[in-house]
Amino acid sequence: MSSHAITVTINGRVYRATVPARMTLVDFLRDELRLTGTHVGCEHGVCGACSIMFEGRPIRSCLMFAAQADGASITTVEGLAPEPGGLSVLQDSFWETHALQCGYCTPGMLIAAHALLMRIPNPTDEEIREAISGNLCRCTGYKQIVDAVKLAAERLSGKNQNG
Amino acid sequence: MGEFALGQAVSRFEDPRLLRGGGRYVDDMVLPRMAFGHVLRSPHAHALIKSIDTTKAKAAPGVLAVLTGADWEASGWGDLPVPTGMKRRDGSPSYKPRYPALVSDRTRWVGDYVAFVVAETPHQAVDAAELINVDYEPLPAQVSTAGAVQPGATLVWADCPDNIAFVHLEGDKQATDAAFERATHIVKRSFTINRVTAATMEPRASIGDYNATEDRYTIYTTLQRTHSYRTELAQNVLKVPESKVRVVAGDIGGSFGMKSAVYNEPALVLLAAKVTGRPVKWVSTRSEAFLSDAQARDNVTEAELALDAEGKFLGLRVRTIANLGAYMQASSQVFVGNLGTLAGVYRTPSVHADVTAVFTHTNPVRPYRGNGRPEAAFVIERMVDCAAAELGIDPVELRRRNLIPPEAMPFKSGLTFTYDCGEFAKTLDMALKLAERESFPARRAEARKRGKLRGLGLSNTIERAAAPGFESAEIRFDRSGTVTLLSGSITQGQGHETIFKQILCDRFGIDPATVHYVQGDTDKIAIGEGTGGSRSATLGGSAVLAATDKIVAKASAIAARILNVQPGEISFADGIFSAKQTNRTLTIGDIAKESVNPRFLPEGMEPGLIATALYSAKVANYPNGAHICEIEIDEETGHVDVMRYSVVDDVGTVMNPLLLEGQISGGVVQGVGQALMEDIHFDTDGQLLTGSFMDYAMPRASDLSAIEIGSNPVPTKTNPMGVKGAGEAGNVGSLPAVANAVIDALSPFGIDAIEMPATPERIWRAINNARHGASR
Repeated sequence: MSSHAITVTINGRVYRATVPARMTLVDFLRDELRLTGTHVGCEHGVCGACSIMFEGRPIRSCLMFAAQADGASITTVEGLAPEPGGLSVLQDSFWETHALQCGYCTPGMLIAAHALLMRIPNPTDEEIREAISGNLCRCTGYKQIVDAVKLAAERLSGKNQNG
Repeated sequence: MGEFALGQAVSRFEDPRLLRGGGRYVDDMVLPRMAFGHVLRSPHAHALIKSIDTTKAKAAPGVLAVLTGADWEASGWGDLPVPTGMKRRDGSPSYKPRYPALVSDRTRWVGDYVAFVVAETPHQAVDAAELINVDYEPLPAQVSTAGAVQPGATLVWADCPDNIAFVHLEGDKQATDAAFERATHIVKRSFTINRVTAATMEPRASIGDYNATEDRYTIYTTLQRTHSYRTELAQNVLKVPESKVRVVAGDIGGSFGMKSAVYNEPALVLLAAKVTGRPVKWVSTRSEAFLSDAQARDNVTEAELALDAEGKFLGLRVRTIANLGAYMQASSQVFVGNLGTLAGVYRTPSVHADVTAVFTHTNPVRPYRGNGRPEAAFVIERMVDCAAAELGIDPVELRRRNLIPPEAMPFKSGLTFTYDCGEFAKTLDMALKLAERESFPARRAEARKRGKLRGLGLSNTIERAAAPGFESAEIRFDRSGTVTLLSGSITQGQGHETIFKQILCDRFGIDPATVHYVQGDTDKIAIGEGTGGSRSATLGGSAVLAATDKIVAKASAIAARILNVQPGEISFADGIFSAKQTNRTLTIGDIAKESVNPRFLPEGMEPGLIATALYSAKVANYPNGAHICEIEIDEETGHVDVMRYSVVDDVGTVMNPLLLEGQISGGVVQGVGQALMEDIHFDTDGQLLTGSFMDYAMPRASDLSAIEIGSNPVPTKTNPMGVKGAGEAGNVGSLPAVANAVIDALSPFGIDAIEMPATPERIWRAINNARHGASR
């Protein structure tokens, strides 16, 4: 099987690696780089657990090969916080509203919500539900996730100065 | 009351780690020299294995071992645990099938375990498995639940001649039959409770490690109980002293009961680790999860409700055929422990249940959130609505006529349970108000103008939580005064760490950030029962509280020595130890530092501030609640929209409203999923047709409206904190509430039954048949 040399920028750091053609991007992140915050939930692109930001857009890293990421810029859940050990406004809002239980879908949910807020700073409930509807969560029933995204939007737009 | 006191909406202490991607699930773990396993599964629901040729697979690149049923038989290890203790109708013991980790001669469901390949990489293991040549002789399969007991049904086990594993009878049959003799009305219905799967977002995973020099096994796996799991694994499977086995759980990405069994894979990775001398990891794909996870529910039920002329319930008779799947896993049978749910919140004097548990060529079935409770709640709450419709009584009014009043507590129900407390009428009234039922007719009329059929359904359910059992907690102060808190319980997302730290930190006034919480490792935790049956707050929480009591007692004695006063003169409040005679006060941390100083230790007292407590409860508690679901159906497509959902719950003392909301909301949505979209569906050959997230429809955020939650807490006196179980309550009430709403919406067409899940197709067909006559 062929191997491919790739250079990828992940969470601001440049990685160079040689990967087998069949290695998926999520396996590369998890197994080669040990960035295990991105989870595998279905391997067929339906659950959203493996979502990452790829060139500024949310994508399913289980549906892409690592070799296809050559030259790309990627943000994973590990790179969402502004500084190490901190939390982004969105992450902090998830914390405050109890938007996670088992935490397995959470990194993907954060990515989906992060992408939404980049696109629409003040989304309606319907827009939030639509934006995270590609991500399955079995624990929360989604209500507190919607609350979290709303809270983050308010904080980011300065409506809620407590944030 | 401090900021972490019970009742405060404390954000979870486990969250920052999980939010930063710092979870440590089994698939995140890596051991040195780790190899990877892959299970070759049966493609047939029922087949003879005529031969297996592994020659090519063994020679494939990177392959370290290929295990088959013959290797399993030769290993000397025991089969997976199978429950006993049930009886067949003639009084003979329940049928006990063998449950080897790999089969040798015959496969019994699509997904059954044929071989296990171990290789240097996961891909090499998968590739090699494709080189195994299995000669199958496919045989007819028995798939349907009701069909399993029909004459001539294909047998799953040749020496179990009627496919019946056991029969469970519960309640006073004579009294129930007598009630039917004097009944004015008898309402009869049949229900199918469809099969669903837990579909935890984290698939199952295991890493087996064998240390040859210590002759000791370690299994890292996805589970919800460690110690009883270790007992079963050591005694049944490995046949070694339990001390030779360590069981470790990582973070668990949801379980809901599904991950509580000793599955085949832990046995396989351990055997493979022993054979190869390497740690071996197996991680389920989603496809495998559908093929190999234990599934849930799946019964067919006939129910009869007897009423007098005034609509008072006289008796309830229920006959159920429950599907166990091909094998019996440990706990597969325990759903019958929740049959008492059938009596509901009503004064019905006598209830009788007759359950026949059958084998089929399908995945094994085991507990899933509610474990028998939602099924039973569905039966009683649907029956009440059916009776209301037949008798022309408003369903709320019919419930009111039969509710158990608070002054009747403790109340021995018509089936097994004795309720200690609950305000069922008040809870119902609160839910009706929250749901604005009074103005529902206006909403229905308005919807009709838009071509929508609006329906409102309610349920008023009760369940048993924290069945008799125990849990452990240990508090360890170190020499500088910080704390490690250990629990025998295990979170799969519920938030045990937060609740337990709340109890600890509120009592001692310490900073939760400095408390290290440990769970899920049999080498670290002395003993424990684990999570299940809505028990952790009650049992695990009470154990933490009991351990703090021990610490307070010991710390008070040491404080007296430090402050040089009599032991009786020490008082403890808000985390501070003080004595009237002196203006000095001590924190628990101050005392911990001195607790190893012989100067301050009373005569005969062991040094150190360490306490273990085992809390055991002999009496369960009874969470209850009223659910009201309002839906709209598109008459042209049969599509259902959930417009409103209101719950008022009574889970006793509310420990953390934020977490409670999460439990209720998550449980409700799982119920909505089963009622409207989720379905494990096999074809008649036993092939799974809903084997991916493309086919198995789970609720997504866009499917749901917000859930409104209210609370009517009636603290129980059966445990020191007054809590009742909260983990399953949301699920228990939601199945019947949604089903009742669907039927209510369709009532203008005279439709009184829709099988779950009420998919658009089923609803559209029902409407179409009603319009054009059933012949179409």
